[in-house]
Amino acid sequence: METLEKPALTQEEQFQARIDADVRIEPKDWMPEAYRKTLIRQISQHAHSELVGMLPEGNWITRAPSLKRKSILLSKVQDEAGHGLYLYSAAETLGASRDQMLADLHSGKAKYSSIFNYPTLSWADMGCVGWLVDGAAILNQVPLCRTSYGPYARAMVRVCKEESFHQRQGFEVMQTLCEGAPAQKEMAQEALNRWWWPTLMMFGPKDSESPNTEQSMKWRIKRFTNDELRQKFVDMMVPQAEFLGLTVPDPALKWNEERKAYDFGEVNWEEFWQVVKGNGLCNADRLQARVQAHEEGAWVREAALAHAAKRKAREGVGA
Amino acid sequence: MNQAEWPLWEVFIRNKQGLDHKHVGSLHAADATMAIQNARDVYTRRLEGVSIWVVESTHIHASNPDDAEAFFDPAADKVYRHPTFYDVPDSIKHM
Ligand SMILES: [Fe+2]
Ligand SMILES: [Fe+2]
Repeated sequence: METLEKPALTQEEQFQARIDADVRIEPKDWMPEAYRKTLIRQISQHAHSELVGMLPEGNWITRAPSLKRKSILLSKVQDEAGHGLYLYSAAETLGASRDQMLADLHSGKAKYSSIFNYPTLSWADMGCVGWLVDGAAILNQVPLCRTSYGPYARAMVRVCKEESFHQRQGFEVMQTLCEGAPAQKEMAQEALNRWWWPTLMMFGPKDSESPNTEQSMKWRIKRFTNDELRQKFVDMMVPQAEFLGLTVPDPALKWNEERKAYDFGEVNWEEFWQVVKGNGLCNADRLQARVQAHEEGAWVREAALAHAAKRKAREGVGA
Repeated sequence: MNQAEWPLWEVFIRNKQGLDHKHVGSLHAADATMAIQNARDVYTRRLEGVSIWVVESTHIHASNPDDAEAFFDPAADKVYRHPTFYDVPDSIKHM
């Protein structure tokens, strides 16, 4: 006989109750399929961005202006590889396969951050990438340290610890150029002109055009909306640009005393969607470089497996 | 071109002498030697460790989260295992 007054919670309701209580979800816990899928998509896209993100900066390692800058840039690029690896392994705890994720990246099926489809044309771009792009990444990533899925949150804690060096070294590159000869300062300004708007696009489409945001906020995967983070970024960066003596390339930029925040111009969303669709300046180059690296590394992966098998067989005989 | 994926390894790191090894994440490697070398590069770029353990992920056995309530239940009603269960007279010192 049924005596319960309240119907028992469904699995899904229990899950949401845990999320609402800020209890982290761990790999073997029950989760809605859509939660799993959303996370696999987000974490693998994030991992791909770290991996592809090495390319625009890798471009300058051999031409860094000093040994010090070269060592720093090399370390930063190594960190980005590390970030990719932390994230791929977090996605694997959800049942995604590493090979499949890479295959999806290489076939163009999976996305990565559009920012890496812009070219790095001058040394000042290394400053802008660290200062602005890593700066935007930090704003995106800090709230993810409290995201509801445990392995993702833990990977982000590790990532965030390493990012602040990335941003500071970029700012230092900018500062050095801005305090240098007029031509150097001009180079810094020119780089800011090219990177400002693409960096604002890193926060994703406007909230009104971002249908997944609501569900992601409910599941506490996301903790801030795209527009909230974009505003925070502008408010953070404008004073830094002023300190450098650089002009942010936005005629609509203006302090709003009432909101205690900057008003700023509209992102060119047409350009954003073009790059997302694969029509950015470097989309084809980036993918081609990734695929080439993967294919040229195939023999190493095979040889390592063969070596491991041989050693195992030898140990087996010896035992 | 169709080749097997390198196996997955779980990585445990001792931050400094005197502390436990703690799980930090996982990585792929062909064998244990390579897993340790990769773990050094992936997880200790800033002196985060003095010792690394790696275990092939397939060798980890875990309790089932769905059974967690019943499984850990035996310890739930044994408050007397905690020092706070006991009233110590105020005049008694060093206990
Ligand atoms: Fe990163
Ligand atoms: Fe970074």
